[in-house]
Amino acid sequence: MSPVTAGVLQLLALIAALALAYRPLGDYMARVYSSKKHYKPEKWIYKAIGANPDAEMRWPAYLRGILAFSAVSVLFLYGLQRAQGVLPGSLGFVAIDPDQAFNTAASFVANTNWQSYYGEQAMGHVVQTGGLAVQNFLSAAVGMAVAVALVRGFARSRTGELGNFWSDLVRGTVRILLPISVIGAVVLVACGVIQNFSGIHEVGQFTGGSQQWNGGAVASQEVIKELGTNGGGYFNANSAHPFENPTPFSNLFEIFLILLIPFTMTRTFGRMVGNLRQGYAILATMGIIWIAFTGLMMWTEFAHHGPALDAAGGAMEGKETRFGIAGSSVFAVATTLTSTGAVNSFHSSYTGFGGGITMLGMQLGEIAPGGVGSGLYGMLIMAIIAVFIAGLMVGRTPEYLGKKIGTREIKLAACYILITPALVLCFTAAAMALPTPGNSMTNSGAHGFSEILYAYTSGANNNGSAFAGLNADTQWFNSTIGIAMLLGRFLPMVFVLALAGSLAEQKPVPETAGTLRTDKPLYAGLLVGTILIITGLTYFPALALGPLAEGLAS
Amino acid sequence: MNNSVGNTARLIGAGLRALLVLTVVCGILYPLAVTGIAQALFNDKANGSEIKDTNGQVVGSSLIGQTYHLPKQNPDDPEEAAKPDLKWFQPRPSNGLGSNSVNTQYALILSGATNRSADNGAVNGLCFKDAEEGTLCAQVINARETVIADNSTASHTVWPEDVPADAVTSSGSGLDPNISPEYAKLQVHRVAERNKLDIEQVEKLVADHSTGRTLGFMGEPRVNVLELNIALKALSKS
Repeated sequence: MSPVTAGVLQLLALIAALALAYRPLGDYMARVYSSKKHYKPEKWIYKAIGANPDAEMRWPAYLRGILAFSAVSVLFLYGLQRAQGVLPGSLGFVAIDPDQAFNTAASFVANTNWQSYYGEQAMGHVVQTGGLAVQNFLSAAVGMAVAVALVRGFARSRTGELGNFWSDLVRGTVRILLPISVIGAVVLVACGVIQNFSGIHEVGQFTGGSQQWNGGAVASQEVIKELGTNGGGYFNANSAHPFENPTPFSNLFEIFLILLIPFTMTRTFGRMVGNLRQGYAILATMGIIWIAFTGLMMWTEFAHHGPALDAAGGAMEGKETRFGIAGSSVFAVATTLTSTGAVNSFHSSYTGFGGGITMLGMQLGEIAPGGVGSGLYGMLIMAIIAVFIAGLMVGRTPEYLGKKIGTREIKLAACYILITPALVLCFTAAAMALPTPGNSMTNSGAHGFSEILYAYTSGANNNGSAFAGLNADTQWFNSTIGIAMLLGRFLPMVFVLALAGSLAEQKPVPETAGTLRTDKPLYAGLLVGTILIITGLTYFPALALGPLAEGLAS
Repeated sequence: MNNSVGNTARLIGAGLRALLVLTVVCGILYPLAVTGIAQALFNDKANGSEIKDTNGQVVGSSLIGQTYHLPKQNPDDPEEAAKPDLKWFQPRPSNGLGSNSVNTQYALILSGATNRSADNGAVNGLCFKDAEEGTLCAQVINARETVIADNSTASHTVWPEDVPADAVTSSGSGLDPNISPEYAKLQVHRVAERNKLDIEQVEKLVADHSTGRTLGFMGEPRVNVLELNIALKALSKS
């Protein structure tokens, strides 16, 4: 069997597995967020928090809950890293420097997991397992809560109430993320992912001498790293490290975990707004972009145009033998079209166009299928933009799911789609204009520019992957990427929740013959076009200087 | 004003309590439960899939690549370049962080790739023999020359087009435990000669240790270098 055929079969297997999980998990998540019943352990948690889980919140209260919780999380994670030197279970690692500790704390709370440190050389058990892995759960649960609040905004009318943040946070964590993680972690251990609390120890080698191994709770962190679209590796090599991703099966399983919640949340959305076909239209849009990107990536990587790749006879630089080109390409697209940023191969050594595809995936706003929660709310914002454009064409007030898209709504949606490109392009321009940031580049020419464009694209979109030749552990990059991650995560949430509040207050408008049908293939096509044109026009000049220049030259 | 300060303090307090409770659940109970299950059901795998040679000595992990180098002339000289021991099957190059910079052995202290771009070191869109040292072009071209020189024997010539891509590129982790079956076959003549074994014997050894795609379509065919060398050691002793 040719590697291309095997790659296509792996993609089909992935689609089949996702299709099987789609209905049960999507419906289950809808029940989790709609149910009135609290389980006993959840009641204990609410009691400890001191919150009434049945109190409905309007959007400012919901937002305040998110911001307070996230601010406390950043401070706690920062303090944990700064105190590492005196904490037990730190494997002898010292405190993290202030700029790097800020960057890492912002990164994990913002669901980005950009890493300017080397995991195996910097972080002990307490910080990894008790700090970083915890935020893998909680930042994901926050993203899902915001998405659910927006869906409630569409589903409810004549009320400003969006649900209860504490209840959504706790339910997302204990009813959705934890059970899947326990099962997934055991599957990963069965493949060979390590799970222990050993210290750094010596293991004998074949030709004598020994190698040093770090122990760690790797499987339990690996599974939520993928499932919560986080992406922060236990080891520096992330999912390319054999202890994080040992076999071709574990590779496909991890890709499945990355895509699982973002795709199935479209079912949850359809279920909660009472029209499954609306969910299918969103799903189709996400699916078309994901499959097209994966196809393009496989094509450019198998063709391996690029001087050094031509000389080597294949694009295997930075890729593992067990995954090959197909297994690496499918992973690379899944990780950059979601907010994951885990890598099983190093994007910097991809072909020029291949690197460009990973960047464009993030620049689309990570909505196909996107991060857990953030993918759905990002896509719904684009859906609003698409009905607005269609409304302009025919001269009618646009509506979506029975809600009028008026001035206030479209202003909030426009703010949402402007904030990340503004962060990416301004910070990239500043880094290129200043004298010192450029010293961090490993590669020169177009690819050097790409390293910096990639860094801010990844930070502001909360992805976390990198063209990792860039030495990002400088005060400039630690600070600016840290700020980009926080603003890129929480400002859009402000606009989404404000939008959700204003939608929930409206009364539904009845559907007429003139209403644009948003559950039809025509609309899915319009949505794909809107996404590509808006993002394409925003980023085309920057992409032309980086990956397009590199790709066209080879 | 006072009221809003009080409200903010109450909210921060709730956030802190929520964080602490959920840290206990997700950061303590969950990893301990998974560790318990993992250690009970898959003890060997949860601890790194250690592998033993025929004497029962632990010689590494079946998942982690090693280097097969000759002992250093002067073990204290950090400048001395490690030379491959051509008796053994050789792994992929490791020019990124995964390569060992501490001693002649392959210490798992850091994993990572070269992160060199596809045009790193190219001049006018091509890689030349005199490419700047340390660039990806130079690494690939030098690696190919070394593979050809090392593996050509008196009775067997290796041609440039026989060298597969994995033999001249570094992996993502720098700890790739595998090579492609093509690269293993390419090393057969050299290994047979150095160990005074029949070529057919070594060819059979490679065939026995080649793994196909999982279920016929997942991943790529590969050979585990450490397992292959352990079997080779047993064969050359018998």
